[in-house]
Amino acid sequence: MPEIRVCEHGEIADGAVRIVKTGRLEIGVIRQTDKYYAYRNLCPHQGGPACEGLRMPGVRSQIENGIFMGQTFDEGDMHIVCPWHGYEFHLADGTNVCDAKLKLQRFDVVQRDGAVYVVV
Amino acid sequence: MNTHVKPGDPTFRDLASEEFDTRVHLAHAREQALVRKYEDFLIVDVDSHHYETDAFDEIAKYITDPVMRHEALFQGMARGGITSTDGSYQELAGRITRYPNRRKEKVPAEPHRDITLMHRWMDPMGVDIAVMFPTPMLNLAVCPRVELEVALAFAYNRWLCDTVLDKDPRIKSMLYLPFNDPAACLKVVEEFGEHPGCVGFMVTATHYKGVYDNAYAPVYAAMQERNLPLGFHAMFSWGDQSLRLTNRFIGVHALGFAWHNMLQLTNWVTNGMPERFPGLKTVWIESGLAWVPFLMQRLDNEYMMRPSDCPELKKKPSDYMRDMFFTSQPMEMVDNKAALEVTFQMINAETQLLYSSDYPHWDMDLPSTIYDLPFLSETAKRNILGGNAQRLFNLKPVYADWKLQSRGE
Ligand code: FES
Repeated sequence: MPEIRVCEHGEIADGAVRIVKTGRLEIGVIRQTDKYYAYRNLCPHQGGPACEGLRMPGVRSQIENGIFMGQTFDEGDMHIVCPWHGYEFHLADGTNVCDAKLKLQRFDVVQRDGAVYVVV
Repeated sequence: MNTHVKPGDPTFRDLASEEFDTRVHLAHAREQALVRKYEDFLIVDVDSHHYETDAFDEIAKYITDPVMRHEALFQGMARGGITSTDGSYQELAGRITRYPNRRKEKVPAEPHRDITLMHRWMDPMGVDIAVMFPTPMLNLAVCPRVELEVALAFAYNRWLCDTVLDKDPRIKSMLYLPFNDPAACLKVVEEFGEHPGCVGFMVTATHYKGVYDNAYAPVYAAMQERNLPLGFHAMFSWGDQSLRLTNRFIGVHALGFAWHNMLQLTNWVTNGMPERFPGLKTVWIESGLAWVPFLMQRLDNEYMMRPSDCPELKKKPSDYMRDMFFTSQPMEMVDNKAALEVTFQMINAETQLLYSSDYPHWDMDLPSTIYDLPFLSETAKRNILGGNAQRLFNLKPVYADWKLQSRGE
């Protein structure tokens, strides 16, 4: 499988994204809490650049015995937010948070000799 | 080392170091336009927006009353913060990146910033002609100071004509009617009705006024005489007595944008306005489409039992609604292709539906939302995306430069 060398480890700041384009294929390589993720930069909604928006933790409501206690961010479930309309996808596996049938296409990332590669 | 990759390929972009540019934000829209060959036909967007707040100092100078002008220049016109009734967190707290980035976008000194920003989204989307509306000003409807609504309506309309409509044949507007003051509405129609680029007039649907009020008869007559359509632009007001019960934006928005147009349309039909002004065309803007079949069924059902309630009607309410025009956005697209197809049939979409993007707002729709529908013929797609609007507004086609170039014109 061809690999594209994306960067040296550390070249992309934590929380940042580098868009890699080869031919018509665009891939967003995201560094988040020192892990790398790669998804096709194409949203299944209206075709927006899904990886060019924010990463936001999932929002959770705290309900106890049916009583609404407030809301919080779930830092353990970071979302990729498409900047066109706000569709949200789990960073961990690219599935949409409202409908698991919708997915961002995932690519493998390999780290070797201090560099980061995406497998296309 | 990259393996199996051509020289010069791949390319990299680091978003952290990029400045916001609408053309980059919408690069995928441009790809859609090229793949679908939008250069082959006219696309008219019947509902798009700009942020008149960004040019408010220019607009306020058009207010004729010196005291109100001074107040406006001092106070400015911004959306409120988190406690305001007019939006609070419509922008999804930064998730829709073009909201916070808009103000930072760099543009050349000429033409006017609003024209440049309009072109920067119209071109990638393949939109040739856009009907443009303000954004926060839509909330003027619920401003208790009627004289301020009137002053700003005239100021905004004059500013828009001078600054945008007179300068760019690709940008049109249905100009703002200060609906809380019927006499002022008539003056607006008389002043701007023949102005190039003014393709009709617009009422924001949150006005708490009965559209059937005889006081509006001269306004409707003046528009009918000029063959200018009347648009009702949906809006919500979180101050509305019933919508105050919603505590999440999704609630006030999903209901409000449909509800206020349902209310105005119901009054329009049940009072026989289409019979009283048979030449006046109406356009129902930014409520999506799902509400229309509901209202057709509901009104027809009750009308059959209560014809005495609406003796002006010569046919069923849904028959009048099928003569009306509806803009498409935000089109309800999730898991409901069958319902959408029935909706298109019920509203005679092929002749009555008008594509709209609502760009740059968070729930904008690209032309592909229409173009990719499997149940439409190529002719129907082209009608909805542009032909219907061209006929309704009597538009002379003006194409985006890139379309002319790609056709070799
Ligand atoms: S295109 Fe991604 S949210 Fe709409």
